[in-house]
Amino acid sequence: MSPPTPRRGSSWMRMGGLIRKESLQILRDPASIAIAFLLPVVLLLIFGYGVSLNAKHIPLAFVADAPDKESAALLASFNHSSYFSPRIAPNLATAERWLLNRQVDAIVHVPSDFSAQLHTASQSAPLQLIINGVDANQARLTQAYIQAGWQSWLAARTQAAGLEHSAAAAQPVALAARIWFNPELRSRDYLVPGLIAVIMTLIGALLTALVMAREWERGTLEALMVTPVHINELLIGKLVPYFVLGMGGMALSVAMAVWLFGVPFLGSWWLLVLTSALFLLTALGMGLFISIVARNQFVASLIAIITTFLPAFMLSGFIFDIGSMPGWLQNLTYLVSARYFIVILHTLFLAGDVASVLWPNTLALLAIALFFIAASRRKIRKSLE
Amino acid sequence: MPSLLLKNDTQALGTQGPETQALGTQALVIQGLYKSFGKAPRSTQAVNNVSFCVPMGAIVGLIGPDGAGKTTLMRLMAGLLTPDAGSLQVLGVDVQKDPLTVQASIGYMPQHFGLYEDLTVQENLTLYADLQGLPFNQRPDRYQQLLAMTGLGAFTDRLAGQLSGGMKQKLGLACTLVRPPNLLLLDEPTVGVDPVSRRELWAIVIQLVQEEGMTVLLSTAYLDEAEHCDEVILLHEGQILGQDTPAAFTQHLAGRVWGAKRHQGLRRHLQAELRQQPGILDAVIDGDWVRVLLAEQTAPPALPDGVWQPLPPRFEDAFVLMLHSQPAPQTAPALAPPASPPIEPTPRERPAEVIAVHGLTRRFGAFIAVNAISFSVQRGEIFGLLGANGAGKSTTFRMLCGLLPASGGALSVAGVDLFTAAAKARARIGYMSQKYALYEVLSVLQNLKFFARAYGLKGAHLSQRLAWALAEFDLDQYRDTNSGLLPLGFKQRLAMACALMHEPDILFLDEPTSGVDPIERRAFWARINGLADLGVTIMITTHFMDEAEYCDRLVIMSQGRILAAGTPAVIRAQAQTEAAPNPSMEDAFITLITAPTQPAGAGA
Repeated sequence: MSPPTPRRGSSWMRMGGLIRKESLQILRDPASIAIAFLLPVVLLLIFGYGVSLNAKHIPLAFVADAPDKESAALLASFNHSSYFSPRIAPNLATAERWLLNRQVDAIVHVPSDFSAQLHTASQSAPLQLIINGVDANQARLTQAYIQAGWQSWLAARTQAAGLEHSAAAAQPVALAARIWFNPELRSRDYLVPGLIAVIMTLIGALLTALVMAREWERGTLEALMVTPVHINELLIGKLVPYFVLGMGGMALSVAMAVWLFGVPFLGSWWLLVLTSALFLLTALGMGLFISIVARNQFVASLIAIITTFLPAFMLSGFIFDIGSMPGWLQNLTYLVSARYFIVILHTLFLAGDVASVLWPNTLALLAIALFFIAASRRKIRKSLE
Repeated sequence: MPSLLLKNDTQALGTQGPETQALGTQALVIQGLYKSFGKAPRSTQAVNNVSFCVPMGAIVGLIGPDGAGKTTLMRLMAGLLTPDAGSLQVLGVDVQKDPLTVQASIGYMPQHFGLYEDLTVQENLTLYADLQGLPFNQRPDRYQQLLAMTGLGAFTDRLAGQLSGGMKQKLGLACTLVRPPNLLLLDEPTVGVDPVSRRELWAIVIQLVQEEGMTVLLSTAYLDEAEHCDEVILLHEGQILGQDTPAAFTQHLAGRVWGAKRHQGLRRHLQAELRQQPGILDAVIDGDWVRVLLAEQTAPPALPDGVWQPLPPRFEDAFVLMLHSQPAPQTAPALAPPASPPIEPTPRERPAEVIAVHGLTRRFGAFIAVNAISFSVQRGEIFGLLGANGAGKSTTFRMLCGLLPASGGALSVAGVDLFTAAAKARARIGYMSQKYALYEVLSVLQNLKFFARAYGLKGAHLSQRLAWALAEFDLDQYRDTNSGLLPLGFKQRLAMACALMHEPDILFLDEPTSGVDPIERRAFWARINGLADLGVTIMITTHFMDEAEYCDRLVIMSQGRILAAGTPAVIRAQAQTEAAPNPSMEDAFITLITAPTQPAGAGA
C-alpha cells in the first residue's frame, strides 16, 4: 500500500492554535486573572502600607528620679521627635509595670545625679535604658533610635551652650553617618521592589505549575499527544501566554511601586524589562517542571509554594538578611532565583545601572532559566508512561 | 470536500472482506504484543501475547469487560505506551520507530476525550484543526460537514463544559475527525452515554466508513454493540478469546437459546429455578421471558405450567459461553446459587411502603437536578432508577440516603427523612456507591471489619458476620489482599459485602455493575434476587437497559423528571406500535425520551 498521508501542517499553525487556546482559557478563568493582577495589588497594598520596618511613635516611659532643667530638656527632645511617644512615669516601679503590660516598649531612666554628671567633663552622664527584648528586631531598632536621639540632644545642647571644651571632652570622636541609596531609610523603598520579585515568582510558578497538571487530570493531554504536535510546540504554547500574563503583572507592580508608593527608579527601563523577562522565565520554567513531574493539581500547587514562593519570601534576602543566615542556609540561597532578581531590582530602583552588580546576577538568572526549561524538555515526552 | 476524495485514492475502497489477508490491505498488524504495569512482584499483565489484524475499511470492535486491556491496547497503537515485546504496524508504519508519523495519520479518541471545557464548540474544533494542520481553505466545508453529522450546528458558541454527555462525546469525535484520518481509534466512545446518543454515535461511525472509507477500531464494554461491527475481537484479562464476524460467534449456538415463560410468579424466581437445573449454562431475564442457554445436545427441561420458545442467539450468549470454558477459577464460583434460595414468594399479602417520595425537588442554583418526582417502593421489592448520565438518578439517591437535603417535596425512607433523622435510623440502610468507596490500602478483612464496626457490630456477632461475608462473596482467597489490588469484580463483591455487614432492611446500589464482566453481573443479580426474597428492599440505579428488566418495578428519568413508571412490561408497552410490536427496553427508553409529549404523570 502507499504510505499514509501524514496530516502535519505547519509548526506555526499548531503553536498559534495552542497559544490561542491557552489565552482563551486564561481569559475565561477568573482564578488566573486574579492571581496575575489582583494578587500583586493586594500584596503590594499590604506590604506597602501595612508592613513597615521603620519604628515610629515608639511608646516610651520616661522616669526622672530628680526632675530638673536638664531632664526636662531631654524629655522635650523626645517629645519633639516623631519616632517616640514618651509618657512620664512617677517612679521606676510604675514604668516597669507599664513595660510588663506592654503599654510601653522601653524605659528611659534618668538617675538623680544626671545633671551633676553632665556638668562634669571627665565622665559621660549615665542614662539607663530598659528595652522589651521580646521582639529582638524591634528592640534593636528602638535602642538605635534612642541612642541617636540622645546623641543629637547632647550635640544640640553643647552647641546651644557654646561650651566648646565640654563637648570636645565628651565626644572625642563625632560619628557622621551618611546613608547611601536610600537616604531617608524608608523601608518601603526597600520592601516594594523586593516584593515584586516575590509576586513574580508566585505568578510565574504557581500558574504554570497548575496548567500542565490540569491537562493531565482532565485527560486533555492524551488527546493532544496523538496529534502531530511536537513537544517543543507544546512547551512554547504553554510558556508564551503565561509569559505575557506575567509581564502584565510585572508592569502593574512596577507602576504601583513608582506612582503609588513613590519608590524612586534610578536605573534604565530596558534593563528592567530584560531582567524581568529572564526572571519570569526562571519562574515559568520551574512551574512547568513541577507540573510535568506532579501530574496532579493539588500536589503541583503544594510543591510550587514550598519550592518557589516560600524560598522567594524567606531565602531571597527580601526580608531576612542573607548575611546573617547560617552558612549552609546561605549556600542554599544561591539556588533561589529570587535572590538574584531582588538584588537587581534594588539596584535598578535605588542605585541605578551598576553594571558590576547587574551582570553577575543577570547571568545567574539566565543559567537558572535555561536549566529549568531544559529539564522540562527532558522530562516531558509524548508518552503516558 | 476535496480532502476526503484525496484520501480515498491512496487506498483501496473499503469493500474487501475480512478474509482478505494480504498485508497491503491491513490497516493494523499486531504480533506477539506484551505489556505489563508495575514492579515485578505486583505487576499486572495488561496485554498478554496479543496478535491480530484490522483490515482496511472495516469496523472492528474490541470487546471486553473493564480491565480486559482495551485501553492499554489502544494507547499502544497510538504510540502513547511502549510495549514490553511484540510489534505494532499501523498503516504500514512501525509505531515504536516513528510514532509521530503514526500520530499524524490516525485519529484517536481517548476514553475521556480531552475537550477543553472552557472553550466553545467552535474553539475546540479550531484548536484541533490547527493541531492537525487542516488548510484554512478546507475548514469552512469540513466544519459544516462535521457539525451537521454530529447535530451540534446550533451549539457552536456554547462552552463544551455545558454540553450533555452525549454531545460532548460527539464533539470529541468531531475534533478527532477534523482532518479525516485513515484509521480511527475510539476507546469506549459510548460509555456512560444515553441510548439515543449511543445510536447516533454508531450512525456517525457507520457513515464515516461508508462515505470516507475510514477504518475504525472501537473498544466497548457493551456486548450488544458487537452486532454493529464487521468483525469482533473478544478480549479478556489481556488475552484474545477470539476474532471473527459477529454472526460467526453465534452460529454454533443455533438451537441452544430458548425463552421460558410461566403464567404466574416472578420472572426472577423462574430464573433462579432454571439456573440450578443441569444442562442449563445461563439464565437471564429478557423481556417477558427468561432467556436460557443450553449445554450442547440438550433439550429444554420440562416446565410445568410454562412454555418454551426458541430465541435467536445473541453475542452475549457466545461471550458467556466462552468465559465459562475459560480455565479461570476466579470467576467460576460466581454462578453458585444465592446462599438463601427463595423458599416462598415475597410476602405480597402485607405490602408495606418502605420508601415514599412525593414531589421531591432538588435545585443547584438555577439548575433543577430533580424536578418534582413521586414514587413509592414496597418491602422486598427491587426498584430501579433508569436514565442517562445527568438524568438526576444520583441526586435522587443521595437525597434518599440522607446525604443531600431536598429543596422541596416530601420523602420518607423506613418512615423517616434520613437527612434529619438520628444516626440510628441510618443503620437500617446499606449504601454501595458507584466508586465502591473502599479503603484501597486496607486488606479485604480490614475493610469488612471497619464497615462492620462503623455500624456498631462487635464480639461474636462481628466474627459471625465476617465469616458470612468471606464465605458468601467467596472472598476468603483474598482476605489479606489490599482492596486496591483486587480484580474489578471482586472489588464490587467486597463493596456489596461491606454494605451488607449490618444486615440492612434497605439496600441502595448506585450503578453497581458498571464495567464488570457478564459473569460477575449475573452473580451480582443472583445475590440481589436472593436478598429481595428475604424481604430486603433494593433500590438500584443503572444505565444498562437490559438490567432494567431485572427490576420488579422501575422509573425512567430524564432531565430531572420521571418519564415513565411501572413494571418493565408496562414500560415496554408504552413504546408498542404496529411497526414494533415487541419493543425492547432500549426502544422504549428512546421512544419515551424523544417523545414530544409532556412527561407522564409521576405516580408509581
